[in-house]
Amino acid sequence: MAAHPAPSARARLRVLLPRLVLSPSLALVAFFVYGFIAFTTYLSFSDSKMLPSYGWVGFQNYETLFSLRMWDIAVTNLAIFGILYIVICSFLGLMLAILLDQHIRAEGFIRTVYLYPMALSFIVTGVAWKWFLDPGIGLEAVMHDWGWTSFEFRWIKDRDMAIYTIVIAAVWQTSGFVMATFLAGLRGIDSEMLKAARVDGAGTFAVYRRIVIPQLRPAFLSAFVVLAHMAIKSYDLVVALTNGGPGNATAVPSTFMYSYTFTRNQMGIGAASAEIMLLTIAAVIIPYLWSELKEDKR
Amino acid sequence: MTLRPARILLYAILGLFCLYYLLPLYVMLVNSVKPLQEITSGGMMELPQVWTLAPWHNAWSQAQVGVEATGLKPYFLNSLLMVVPAVTIATVLGALNGYVLTKWRFRGDTILFGLMLFGCFIPFQIVLIPMARSLGFLNLSGTVGGLIFVHVVYGISFSTLYFRNYYSAFPTELVRAAEIDGAGFFTIFWRILVPNSGPIAVVCVIWLFTNIWNDFLFGASFSDFSSQPMTVALNNLVQSSTGEKEYNVHFAGAIMAALPTLFVYIVAGRFFVRGLMSGSVKG
Repeated sequence: MAAHPAPSARARLRVLLPRLVLSPSLALVAFFVYGFIAFTTYLSFSDSKMLPSYGWVGFQNYETLFSLRMWDIAVTNLAIFGILYIVICSFLGLMLAILLDQHIRAEGFIRTVYLYPMALSFIVTGVAWKWFLDPGIGLEAVMHDWGWTSFEFRWIKDRDMAIYTIVIAAVWQTSGFVMATFLAGLRGIDSEMLKAARVDGAGTFAVYRRIVIPQLRPAFLSAFVVLAHMAIKSYDLVVALTNGGPGNATAVPSTFMYSYTFTRNQMGIGAASAEIMLLTIAAVIIPYLWSELKEDKR
Repeated sequence: MTLRPARILLYAILGLFCLYYLLPLYVMLVNSVKPLQEITSGGMMELPQVWTLAPWHNAWSQAQVGVEATGLKPYFLNSLLMVVPAVTIATVLGALNGYVLTKWRFRGDTILFGLMLFGCFIPFQIVLIPMARSLGFLNLSGTVGGLIFVHVVYGISFSTLYFRNYYSAFPTELVRAAEIDGAGFFTIFWRILVPNSGPIAVVCVIWLFTNIWNDFLFGASFSDFSSQPMTVALNNLVQSSTGEKEYNVHFAGAIMAALPTLFVYIVAGRFFVRGLMSGSVKG
Protein backbone atom coordinates (compact mmCIF):
# COMPACT_ATOMS: atom_id res chain seq x y z
CA MET A 1 0.00 0.00 0.00
CA ALA A 2 2.84 2.34 0.77
CA ALA A 3 3.96 1.82 -2.82
CA HIS A 4 1.27 4.20 -4.13
CA PRO A 5 1.17 7.01 -1.60
CA ALA A 6 -0.26 9.68 -3.93
CA PRO A 7 -3.46 7.93 -5.13
CA SER A 8 -4.10 6.56 -1.68
CA ALA A 9 -3.95 10.03 -0.13
CA ARG A 10 -6.32 11.29 -2.76
CA ALA A 11 -8.65 8.37 -2.26
CA ARG A 12 -8.60 8.92 1.44
CA LEU A 13 -9.39 12.59 0.98
CA ARG A 14 -12.24 11.62 -1.32
CA VAL A 15 -13.69 9.48 1.46
CA LEU A 16 -12.89 11.85 4.30
CA LEU A 17 -13.81 15.25 2.91
CA PRO A 18 -17.59 14.69 2.66
CA ARG A 19 -17.68 13.37 6.21
CA LEU A 20 -15.57 16.30 7.35
CA VAL A 21 -18.06 18.71 5.79
CA LEU A 22 -20.98 16.96 7.43
CA SER A 23 -19.35 16.69 10.82
CA PRO A 24 -19.86 20.25 12.20
CA SER A 25 -23.61 19.91 11.71
CA LEU A 26 -23.60 16.43 13.17
CA ALA A 27 -21.60 17.66 16.14
CA LEU A 28 -24.07 20.52 16.70
CA VAL A 29 -27.04 18.16 16.53
CA ALA A 30 -25.33 15.55 18.71
CA PHE A 31 -24.54 18.10 21.37
CA PHE A 32 -27.48 20.51 21.23
CA VAL A 33 -30.21 17.98 20.54
CA TYR A 34 -29.13 14.64 22.00
CA GLY A 35 -26.69 15.94 24.61
CA PHE A 36 -29.28 18.41 25.83
CA ILE A 37 -31.98 15.75 25.93
CA ALA A 38 -29.65 13.65 28.08
CA PHE A 39 -28.90 16.62 30.33
CA THR A 40 -32.57 17.49 30.82
CA THR A 41 -33.33 13.82 31.43
CA TYR A 42 -30.71 13.77 34.17
CA LEU A 43 -32.15 16.96 35.69
CA SER A 44 -35.57 15.35 35.80
CA PHE A 45 -34.09 12.80 38.24
CA SER A 46 -32.24 15.43 40.26
CA ASP A 47 -33.00 17.80 43.12
CA SER A 48 -32.65 20.93 40.91
CA LYS A 49 -34.61 23.92 42.11
CA MET A 50 -33.60 27.38 40.89
CA LEU A 51 -30.36 26.18 39.31
CA PRO A 52 -29.32 22.76 38.03
CA SER A 53 -28.11 20.55 40.83
CA TYR A 54 -26.94 16.99 40.56
CA GLY A 55 -28.26 15.20 43.64
CA TRP A 56 -30.06 12.04 42.51
CA VAL A 57 -33.64 11.74 43.74
CA GLY A 58 -34.94 8.92 41.54
CA PHE A 59 -38.51 9.25 40.32
CA GLN A 60 -39.48 11.76 42.98
CA ASN A 61 -40.00 14.64 40.50
CA TYR A 62 -42.26 12.47 38.37
CA GLU A 63 -44.27 11.42 41.43
CA THR A 64 -44.69 15.05 42.44
CA LEU A 65 -45.53 16.02 38.87
CA PHE A 66 -48.31 13.48 38.56
CA SER A 67 -49.78 14.51 41.89
CA LEU A 68 -49.95 18.22 40.95
CA ARG A 69 -53.37 19.58 40.15
CA MET A 70 -51.92 22.05 37.66
CA TRP A 71 -50.24 19.26 35.69
CA ASP A 72 -53.53 17.42 35.68
CA ILE A 73 -55.24 20.51 34.25
CA ALA A 74 -52.45 20.96 31.69
CA VAL A 75 -52.70 17.37 30.44
CA THR A 76 -56.49 17.45 30.31
CA ASN A 77 -56.35 20.74 28.40
CA LEU A 78 -53.84 19.33 25.95
CA ALA A 79 -56.09 16.31 25.38
CA ILE A 80 -59.16 18.49 24.77
CA PHE A 81 -57.24 20.96 22.62
CA GLY A 82 -55.26 18.34 20.72
CA ILE A 83 -58.21 16.12 19.85
CA LEU A 84 -60.52 18.96 18.81
CA TYR A 85 -57.73 20.72 16.93
CA ILE A 86 -56.73 17.65 14.94
CA VAL A 87 -60.31 16.51 14.24
CA ILE A 88 -61.70 19.93 13.27
CA CYS A 89 -58.66 20.89 11.17
CA SER A 90 -58.75 17.57 9.33
CA PHE A 91 -62.49 17.75 8.72
CA LEU A 92 -62.45 21.41 7.59
CA GLY A 93 -59.32 20.86 5.54
CA LEU A 94 -60.72 17.84 3.74
CA MET A 95 -64.07 19.50 3.11
CA LEU A 96 -62.53 22.70 1.75
CA ALA A 97 -60.11 20.73 -0.41
CA ILE A 98 -62.93 18.68 -1.95
CA LEU A 99 -65.01 21.81 -2.55
CA LEU A 100 -62.05 23.62 -4.10
CA ASP A 101 -61.36 20.66 -6.36
CA GLN A 102 -64.61 21.19 -8.34
CA HIS A 103 -63.07 23.36 -11.09
CA ILE A 104 -63.67 26.57 -9.19
CA ARG A 105 -63.11 29.94 -10.79
CA ALA A 106 -60.58 32.04 -8.85
CA GLU A 107 -59.24 28.93 -7.14
CA GLY A 108 -55.80 30.49 -6.76
CA PHE A 109 -57.21 33.51 -4.97
CA ILE A 110 -59.35 31.44 -2.62
CA ARG A 111 -56.41 29.17 -1.81
CA THR A 112 -54.26 32.18 -0.99
CA VAL A 113 -56.95 33.52 1.36
CA TYR A 114 -57.39 30.16 3.14
CA LEU A 115 -53.69 29.68 3.66
CA TYR A 116 -52.35 33.11 4.61
CA PRO A 117 -52.89 32.67 8.38
CA MET A 118 -50.15 30.05 8.29
CA ALA A 119 -47.64 32.81 7.51
CA LEU A 120 -48.53 34.72 10.67
CA SER A 121 -46.92 34.42 14.06
CA PHE A 122 -49.09 32.74 16.69
CA ILE A 123 -48.57 35.92 18.73
CA VAL A 124 -50.26 37.97 15.99
CA THR A 125 -53.08 35.42 15.75
CA GLY A 126 -53.39 35.49 19.53
CA VAL A 127 -53.66 39.29 19.65
CA ALA A 128 -56.28 39.41 16.90
CA TRP A 129 -58.47 36.73 18.46
CA LYS A 130 -57.89 37.91 22.04
CA TRP A 131 -59.52 41.25 21.32
CA PHE A 132 -62.10 39.88 18.91
CA LEU A 133 -63.31 37.41 21.57
CA ASP A 134 -63.05 39.94 24.40
CA PRO A 135 -66.59 40.61 25.63
CA GLY A 136 -65.80 44.26 26.41
CA ILE A 137 -64.91 45.32 22.85
CA GLY A 138 -65.16 42.26 20.59
CA LEU A 139 -67.96 40.11 19.24
CA GLU A 140 -70.26 40.52 22.23
CA ALA A 141 -69.93 44.31 22.32
CA VAL A 142 -70.45 44.48 18.56
CA MET A 143 -73.64 42.42 18.77
CA HIS A 144 -74.91 44.63 21.58
CA ASP A 145 -74.11 47.70 19.49
CA TRP A 146 -76.05 46.19 16.59
CA GLY A 147 -79.11 45.75 18.78
CA TRP A 148 -78.90 42.10 19.87
CA THR A 149 -78.56 43.02 23.53
CA SER A 150 -79.08 39.55 24.98
CA PHE A 151 -76.15 38.12 22.99
CA GLU A 152 -73.49 36.65 25.22
CA PHE A 153 -70.12 35.23 24.25
CA ARG A 154 -67.53 35.34 26.99
CA TRP A 155 -65.74 31.99 26.68
CA ILE A 156 -62.35 33.68 26.94
CA LYS A 157 -63.21 34.86 30.46
CA ASP A 158 -64.83 31.57 31.46
CA ARG A 159 -62.67 29.00 33.27
CA ASP A 160 -64.53 26.08 31.72
CA MET A 161 -64.73 27.40 28.17
CA ALA A 162 -61.47 29.33 27.68
CA ILE A 163 -59.61 26.29 26.30
CA TYR A 164 -62.10 26.21 23.39
CA THR A 165 -61.12 29.75 22.36
CA ILE A 166 -57.61 28.39 21.83
CA VAL A 167 -59.08 25.71 19.59
CA ILE A 168 -60.93 28.40 17.61
CA ALA A 169 -57.81 30.48 17.00
CA ALA A 170 -55.56 27.48 16.29
CA VAL A 171 -58.03 25.99 13.80
CA TRP A 172 -58.25 29.36 12.07
CA GLN A 173 -54.48 29.44 11.74
CA THR A 174 -53.80 25.89 10.53
CA SER A 175 -56.86 24.54 8.73
CA GLY A 176 -55.78 26.20 5.47
CA PHE A 177 -52.54 24.25 5.59
CA VAL A 178 -54.44 20.98 6.03
CA MET A 179 -56.62 22.01 3.07
CA ALA A 180 -53.48 22.48 0.96
CA THR A 181 -52.17 19.05 2.01
CA PHE A 182 -55.41 17.34 1.00
CA LEU A 183 -55.71 19.36 -2.19
CA ALA A 184 -52.25 18.16 -3.23
CA GLY A 185 -53.37 14.61 -2.43
CA LEU A 186 -56.55 15.00 -4.49
CA ARG A 187 -54.59 16.32 -7.48
CA GLY A 188 -52.42 13.21 -7.34
CA ILE A 189 -55.32 10.80 -7.80
CA ASP A 190 -55.64 9.10 -11.16
CA SER A 191 -58.57 10.76 -12.89
CA GLU A 192 -59.10 7.80 -15.24
CA MET A 193 -60.09 5.69 -12.27
CA LEU A 194 -62.69 8.24 -11.22
CA LYS A 195 -64.11 8.43 -14.75
CA ALA A 196 -64.37 4.63 -14.84
CA ALA A 197 -66.24 4.64 -11.55
CA ARG A 198 -68.63 7.29 -12.86
CA VAL A 199 -69.24 5.24 -16.00
CA ASP A 200 -70.08 2.29 -13.79
CA GLY A 201 -72.81 4.46 -12.27
CA ALA A 202 -71.26 5.50 -8.96
CA GLY A 203 -72.62 8.80 -7.61
CA THR A 204 -70.36 11.69 -6.59
CA PHE A 205 -70.73 10.91 -2.90
CA ALA A 206 -69.92 7.23 -3.39
CA VAL A 207 -66.90 8.06 -5.53
CA TYR A 208 -65.48 10.23 -2.77
CA ARG A 209 -66.27 7.84 0.05
CA ARG A 210 -65.15 4.64 -1.67
CA ILE A 211 -62.35 5.74 -3.98
CA VAL A 212 -61.02 9.21 -3.26
CA ILE A 213 -60.84 9.37 0.52
CA PRO A 214 -59.18 5.94 0.94
CA GLN A 215 -56.49 7.08 -1.49
CA LEU A 216 -55.75 10.14 0.64
CA ARG A 217 -54.17 8.02 3.38
CA PRO A 218 -50.69 9.52 2.97
CA ALA A 219 -52.17 13.03 3.18
CA PHE A 220 -54.10 12.07 6.34
CA LEU A 221 -50.94 10.65 7.83
CA SER A 222 -48.78 13.70 7.19
CA ALA A 223 -51.54 16.07 8.31
CA PHE A 224 -51.91 14.05 11.51
CA VAL A 225 -48.19 14.03 12.24
CA VAL A 226 -47.84 17.78 11.66
CA LEU A 227 -50.97 18.67 13.64
CA ALA A 228 -50.19 16.35 16.54
CA HIS A 229 -46.72 17.69 17.03
CA MET A 230 -47.90 21.28 16.63
CA ALA A 231 -50.58 20.67 19.27
CA ILE A 232 -48.08 19.30 21.79
CA LYS A 233 -45.60 22.11 21.11
CA SER A 234 -48.14 24.93 21.07
CA TYR A 235 -47.03 27.59 23.48
CA ASP A 236 -47.05 31.01 21.82
CA LEU A 237 -50.75 30.97 21.04
CA VAL A 238 -51.73 30.12 24.61
CA VAL A 239 -49.42 32.82 25.97
CA ALA A 240 -50.78 35.48 23.61
CA LEU A 241 -54.46 34.53 23.79
CA THR A 242 -55.09 33.71 27.46
CA ASN A 243 -51.63 33.56 29.07
CA GLY A 244 -52.76 30.30 30.64
CA GLY A 245 -55.70 31.96 32.36
CA PRO A 246 -58.23 32.72 33.67
CA GLY A 247 -56.31 31.43 36.69
CA ASN A 248 -54.69 28.23 35.44
CA ALA A 249 -57.69 27.26 33.33
CA THR A 250 -55.82 27.09 30.02
CA ALA A 251 -52.46 25.81 31.24
CA VAL A 252 -50.92 23.28 28.85
CA PRO A 253 -47.74 21.22 29.35
CA SER A 254 -45.59 23.78 27.52
CA THR A 255 -46.72 26.68 29.74
CA PHE A 256 -46.48 24.42 32.79
CA MET A 257 -42.88 23.59 31.96
CA TYR A 258 -41.96 27.24 31.54
CA SER A 259 -43.61 28.39 34.72
CA TYR A 260 -42.25 25.58 36.92
CA THR A 261 -38.74 25.91 35.54
CA PHE A 262 -38.28 29.65 35.31
CA THR A 263 -40.76 31.33 37.63
CA ARG A 264 -41.50 28.79 40.37
CA ASN A 265 -37.89 27.56 40.64
CA GLN A 266 -38.83 23.87 40.50
CA MET A 267 -36.41 22.96 37.74
CA GLY A 268 -36.50 19.22 38.49
CA ILE A 269 -40.27 19.12 38.02
CA GLY A 270 -40.04 21.37 34.96
CA ALA A 271 -37.50 18.99 33.42
CA ALA A 272 -39.74 16.02 34.19
CA SER A 273 -42.64 17.73 32.40
CA ALA A 274 -40.42 18.47 29.36
CA GLU A 275 -39.48 14.80 29.37
CA ILE A 276 -43.14 13.75 29.20
CA MET A 277 -43.69 16.15 26.28
CA LEU A 278 -40.70 14.69 24.44
CA LEU A 279 -41.85 11.11 24.97
CA THR A 280 -45.35 11.93 23.73
CA ILE A 281 -44.02 13.52 20.55
CA ALA A 282 -41.49 10.71 20.06
CA ALA A 283 -44.30 8.17 20.23
CA VAL A 284 -45.88 9.86 17.19
CA ILE A 285 -42.77 10.90 15.25
CA ILE A 286 -40.38 7.96 15.54
CA PRO A 287 -42.66 5.36 13.92
CA TYR A 288 -43.41 7.92 11.20
CA LEU A 289 -39.75 8.73 10.47
CA TRP A 290 -38.92 5.04 10.62
CA SER A 291 -41.51 4.10 8.02
CA GLU A 292 -40.61 7.07 5.79
CA LEU A 293 -36.87 6.42 5.79
CA LYS A 294 -36.94 2.61 5.79
CA GLU A 295 -37.17 2.29 2.01
CA ASP A 296 -34.26 4.68 1.59
CA LYS A 297 -31.78 2.41 3.28
CA ARG A 298 -29.23 0.81 1.07
CA MET B 1 -73.00 29.53 -18.59
CA THR B 2 -75.84 29.37 -16.09
CA LEU B 3 -75.13 28.26 -12.58
CA ARG B 4 -77.01 25.33 -11.17
CA PRO B 5 -78.21 25.66 -7.55
CA ALA B 6 -75.52 23.23 -6.38
CA ARG B 7 -72.83 25.46 -7.92
CA ILE B 8 -74.31 28.53 -6.27
CA LEU B 9 -74.26 26.76 -2.91
CA LEU B 10 -70.68 25.70 -3.53
CA TYR B 11 -69.54 29.25 -4.24
CA ALA B 12 -71.53 30.54 -1.26
CA ILE B 13 -69.75 28.13 1.10
CA LEU B 14 -66.33 28.92 -0.33
CA GLY B 15 -67.10 32.65 -0.08
CA LEU B 16 -68.23 32.29 3.52
CA PHE B 17 -64.96 30.65 4.43
CA CYS B 18 -63.06 33.46 2.69
CA LEU B 19 -64.85 35.85 5.05
CA TYR B 20 -63.97 33.64 8.02
CA TYR B 21 -60.27 33.63 7.19
CA LEU B 22 -60.19 37.33 6.35
CA LEU B 23 -62.18 38.48 9.39
CA PRO B 24 -59.26 38.79 11.87
CA LEU B 25 -57.17 40.59 9.25
CA TYR B 26 -60.05 42.99 8.64
CA VAL B 27 -60.45 43.55 12.39
CA MET B 28 -56.74 44.30 12.75
CA LEU B 29 -56.63 46.62 9.75
CA VAL B 30 -59.71 48.78 10.39
CA ASN B 31 -59.06 49.10 14.09
CA SER B 32 -55.47 50.14 13.57
CA VAL B 33 -56.60 53.32 11.81
CA LYS B 34 -59.36 54.27 14.23
CA PRO B 35 -59.41 56.45 17.36
CA LEU B 36 -59.55 54.35 20.54
CA GLN B 37 -63.01 55.43 21.68
CA GLU B 38 -64.59 54.20 18.44
CA ILE B 39 -63.40 50.70 19.40
CA THR B 40 -64.37 50.80 23.05
CA SER B 41 -67.88 52.00 22.19
CA GLY B 42 -68.64 48.75 20.37
CA GLY B 43 -67.64 49.72 16.84
CA MET B 44 -64.99 47.07 16.24
CA MET B 45 -66.54 45.83 13.01
CA GLU B 46 -67.28 49.25 11.52
CA LEU B 47 -65.08 51.30 9.23
CA PRO B 48 -63.51 54.26 11.02
CA GLN B 49 -65.56 57.45 11.27
CA VAL B 50 -62.33 59.35 11.73
CA TRP B 51 -59.34 57.87 9.91
CA THR B 52 -56.04 58.26 11.71
CA LEU B 53 -52.50 56.96 11.39
CA ALA B 54 -51.66 57.92 14.96
CA PRO B 55 -51.87 54.31 16.25
CA TRP B 56 -49.29 53.23 13.67
CA HIS B 57 -47.00 56.08 14.56
CA ASN B 58 -47.50 55.31 18.22
CA ALA B 59 -46.82 51.57 17.87
CA TRP B 60 -43.72 52.14 15.76
CA SER B 61 -41.90 54.80 17.74
CA GLN B 62 -43.68 55.81 20.95
CA ALA B 63 -45.41 52.92 22.69
CA GLN B 64 -44.11 51.76 26.06
CA VAL B 65 -42.74 48.29 25.32
CA GLY B 66 -39.83 47.74 27.67
CA VAL B 67 -38.51 50.13 30.24
CA GLU B 68 -38.48 53.02 27.82
CA ALA B 69 -41.14 54.27 25.46
CA THR B 70 -39.33 53.36 22.26
CA GLY B 71 -42.15 51.82 20.26
CA LEU B 72 -41.61 48.58 18.38
CA LYS B 73 -38.96 49.93 16.01
CA PRO B 74 -35.84 48.67 17.85
CA TYR B 75 -37.41 45.22 18.23
CA PHE B 76 -38.29 45.05 14.57
CA LEU B 77 -34.62 45.78 13.86
CA ASN B 78 -33.56 43.09 16.36
CA SER B 79 -35.68 40.57 14.49
CA LEU B 80 -34.13 41.58 11.17
CA LEU B 81 -30.61 41.39 12.61
CA MET B 82 -31.42 37.95 13.95
CA VAL B 83 -33.24 36.47 10.99
CA VAL B 84 -30.88 37.40 8.14
CA PRO B 85 -27.66 35.76 9.43
CA ALA B 86 -29.51 32.80 10.95
CA VAL B 87 -31.29 32.00 7.68
CA THR B 88 -28.12 32.45 5.62
CA ILE B 89 -25.93 30.20 7.77
CA ALA B 90 -28.55 27.48 8.21
CA THR B 91 -29.26 27.41 4.47
CA VAL B 92 -25.60 27.12 3.47
CA LEU B 93 -24.97 24.33 5.99
CA GLY B 94 -28.17 22.56 4.89
CA ALA B 95 -27.10 22.67 1.24
CA LEU B 96 -23.69 21.17 2.04
CA ASN B 97 -25.24 18.48 4.22
CA GLY B 98 -27.81 17.60 1.58
CA TYR B 99 -25.01 17.36 -0.99
CA VAL B 100 -23.00 14.95 1.16
CA LEU B 101 -26.00 12.86 2.14
CA THR B 102 -27.10 12.28 -1.47
CA LYS B 103 -23.97 12.42 -3.63
CA TRP B 104 -21.26 11.13 -1.29
CA ARG B 105 -23.19 8.48 0.54
CA PHE B 106 -21.53 6.26 3.09
CA ARG B 107 -22.57 3.42 5.35
CA GLY B 108 -24.99 4.60 8.02
CA ASP B 109 -25.84 7.92 6.38
CA THR B 110 -29.61 7.30 6.47
CA ILE B 111 -29.47 6.67 10.20
CA LEU B 112 -27.45 9.86 10.73
CA PHE B 113 -29.99 11.75 8.64
CA GLY B 114 -32.85 10.24 10.65
CA LEU B 115 -31.15 11.34 13.86
CA MET B 116 -30.80 14.87 12.47
CA LEU B 117 -34.38 14.87 11.29
CA PHE B 118 -35.72 14.08 14.74
CA GLY B 119 -34.32 17.49 15.70
CA CYS B 120 -37.09 19.10 13.60
CA PHE B 121 -39.74 17.68 15.85
CA ILE B 122 -38.46 17.85 19.42
CA PRO B 123 -40.43 20.07 21.79
CA PHE B 124 -37.95 22.86 22.47
CA GLN B 125 -38.85 22.79 26.16
CA ILE B 126 -36.46 19.85 26.39
CA VAL B 127 -33.46 22.06 25.48
CA LEU B 128 -34.38 25.30 27.26
CA ILE B 129 -32.54 24.67 30.53
CA PRO B 130 -29.20 23.45 29.12
CA MET B 131 -29.33 26.06 26.32
CA ALA B 132 -29.77 28.89 28.81
CA ARG B 133 -26.63 27.66 30.60
CA SER B 134 -24.65 27.09 27.41
CA LEU B 135 -25.40 30.60 26.14
CA GLY B 136 -24.15 31.93 29.46
CA PHE B 137 -21.03 29.84 29.10
CA LEU B 138 -20.47 31.14 25.53
CA ASN B 139 -21.05 34.70 26.73
CA LEU B 140 -24.03 35.01 24.42
CA SER B 141 -26.81 35.36 27.01
CA GLY B 142 -29.34 38.02 26.16
CA THR B 143 -27.75 38.93 22.84
CA VAL B 144 -28.95 38.83 19.26
CA GLY B 145 -25.87 36.69 18.55
CA GLY B 146 -27.15 34.10 21.02
CA LEU B 147 -30.52 33.95 19.26
CA ILE B 148 -28.80 33.59 15.87
CA PHE B 149 -26.80 30.69 17.26
CA VAL B 150 -29.88 28.93 18.66
CA HIS B 151 -31.83 29.36 15.44
CA VAL B 152 -28.95 28.04 13.33
CA VAL B 153 -28.57 24.97 15.57
CA TYR B 154 -32.25 24.06 15.35
CA GLY B 155 -32.66 25.24 11.75
CA ILE B 156 -30.04 22.89 10.30
CA SER B 157 -32.35 19.88 10.58
CA PHE B 158 -34.93 21.57 8.37
CA SER B 159 -32.53 22.92 5.79
CA THR B 160 -30.76 19.55 5.55
CA LEU B 161 -34.12 17.87 5.00
CA TYR B 162 -35.03 20.23 2.17
CA PHE B 163 -31.73 20.00 0.32
CA ARG B 164 -31.39 16.25 0.80
CA ASN B 165 -34.83 15.62 -0.70
CA TYR B 166 -34.12 17.96 -3.58
CA TYR B 167 -30.62 16.74 -4.40
CA SER B 168 -31.67 13.09 -4.25
CA ALA B 169 -33.57 13.73 -7.50
CA PHE B 170 -30.51 15.35 -9.09
CA PRO B 171 -28.65 12.91 -11.43
CA THR B 172 -25.71 11.43 -9.56
CA GLU B 173 -24.09 10.44 -12.91
CA LEU B 174 -23.34 14.13 -13.56
CA VAL B 175 -21.45 14.30 -10.29
CA ARG B 176 -19.50 11.12 -11.04
CA ALA B 177 -18.70 12.30 -14.56
CA ALA B 178 -17.36 15.60 -13.23
CA GLU B 179 -15.29 13.67 -10.72
CA ILE B 180 -13.72 11.59 -13.48
CA ASP B 181 -12.90 14.84 -15.26
CA GLY B 182 -10.91 15.78 -12.17
CA ALA B 183 -13.32 18.12 -10.38
CA GLY B 184 -13.06 18.08 -6.61
CA PHE B 185 -15.71 17.97 -3.90
CA PHE B 186 -16.23 21.72 -3.60
CA THR B 187 -15.85 22.44 -7.32
CA ILE B 188 -18.66 20.01 -8.10
CA PHE B 189 -20.84 21.54 -5.41
CA TRP B 190 -20.15 25.10 -6.52
CA ARG B 191 -20.26 24.57 -10.30
CA ILE B 192 -22.89 21.86 -10.68
CA LEU B 193 -25.18 21.65 -7.63
CA VAL B 194 -25.44 25.30 -6.56
CA PRO B 195 -26.48 26.66 -9.99
CA ASN B 196 -29.33 24.11 -9.97
CA SER B 197 -30.50 24.81 -6.42
CA GLY B 198 -32.63 27.94 -7.05
CA PRO B 199 -36.09 26.57 -6.28
CA ILE B 200 -35.16 24.64 -3.14
CA ALA B 201 -33.07 27.51 -1.82
CA VAL B 202 -36.14 29.74 -2.11
CA VAL B 203 -38.30 27.19 -0.30
CA CYS B 204 -35.73 26.74 2.42
CA VAL B 205 -35.14 30.47 2.92
CA ILE B 206 -38.86 31.19 3.11
CA TRP B 207 -39.46 28.39 5.59
CA LEU B 208 -36.59 29.40 7.85
CA PHE B 209 -37.42 33.09 7.56
CA THR B 210 -41.04 32.50 8.55
CA ASN B 211 -40.17 30.18 11.43
CA ILE B 212 -37.40 32.31 12.86
CA TRP B 213 -39.25 35.61 12.44
CA ASN B 214 -42.32 34.10 14.12
CA ASP B 215 -40.44 32.36 16.92
CA PHE B 216 -41.52 33.30 20.40
CA LEU B 217 -40.22 30.62 22.79
CA PHE B 218 -36.49 31.15 22.17
CA GLY B 219 -36.94 34.91 21.99
CA ALA B 220 -38.77 34.97 25.32
CA SER B 221 -36.26 32.62 26.98
CA PHE B 222 -32.90 33.87 25.77
CA SER B 223 -33.16 37.62 25.17
CA ASP B 224 -33.18 40.72 27.32
CA PHE B 225 -34.61 44.17 26.63
CA SER B 226 -31.80 45.08 24.29
CA SER B 227 -32.17 42.00 22.08
CA GLN B 228 -35.85 41.02 22.19
CA PRO B 229 -37.35 40.07 18.85
CA MET B 230 -40.57 41.56 17.50
CA THR B 231 -42.88 38.75 18.67
CA VAL B 232 -41.78 39.10 22.29
CA ALA B 233 -42.06 42.89 22.17
CA LEU B 234 -45.56 42.68 20.67
CA ASN B 235 -46.65 40.30 23.40
CA ASN B 236 -45.22 42.62 26.07
CA LEU B 237 -47.01 45.57 24.51
CA VAL B 238 -50.36 43.77 24.50
CA GLN B 239 -50.06 42.10 27.91
CA SER B 240 -48.75 45.15 29.78
CA SER B 241 -51.25 45.97 32.47
CA THR B 242 -50.33 49.57 33.10
CA GLY B 243 -52.66 52.31 31.93
CA GLU B 244 -55.51 52.15 29.45
CA LYS B 245 -55.43 49.36 26.88
CA GLU B 246 -54.77 50.98 23.52
CA TYR B 247 -56.33 48.38 21.28
CA ASN B 248 -55.72 50.37 18.11
CA VAL B 249 -51.99 50.52 18.91
CA HIS B 250 -51.97 46.77 19.61
CA PHE B 251 -53.55 46.05 16.25
CA ALA B 252 -51.10 48.32 14.43
CA GLY B 253 -48.23 46.54 16.19
CA ALA B 254 -49.64 43.13 15.31
CA ILE B 255 -49.77 44.07 11.63
CA MET B 256 -46.17 45.31 11.79
CA ALA B 257 -45.10 41.96 13.23
CA ALA B 258 -47.04 40.16 10.50
CA LEU B 259 -45.98 42.28 7.51
CA PRO B 260 -42.60 40.70 6.67
CA THR B 261 -43.92 37.14 6.58
CA LEU B 262 -47.16 38.18 4.88
CA PHE B 263 -45.14 39.98 2.24
CA VAL B 264 -43.04 36.88 1.62
CA TYR B 265 -46.18 34.74 1.43
CA ILE B 266 -47.87 37.03 -1.07
CA VAL B 267 -44.90 37.43 -3.42
CA ALA B 268 -43.71 33.84 -3.19
CA GLY B 269 -46.78 31.90 -2.04
CA ARG B 270 -46.08 29.00 -4.40
CA PHE B 271 -42.75 28.31 -2.71
CA PHE B 272 -44.25 28.84 0.72
CA VAL B 273 -46.77 26.08 0.08
CA ARG B 274 -44.07 23.75 -1.18
CA GLY B 275 -42.10 24.37 1.98
CA LEU B 276 -45.10 23.51 4.12
CA MET B 277 -45.66 20.32 2.18
CA SER B 278 -42.13 19.11 2.77
CA GLY B 279 -43.03 18.91 6.45
CA SER B 280 -44.04 15.42 5.39
CA VAL B 281 -40.40 14.34 5.21
CA LYS B 282 -40.27 13.11 1.63
CA GLY B 283 -41.60 16.24 -0.07
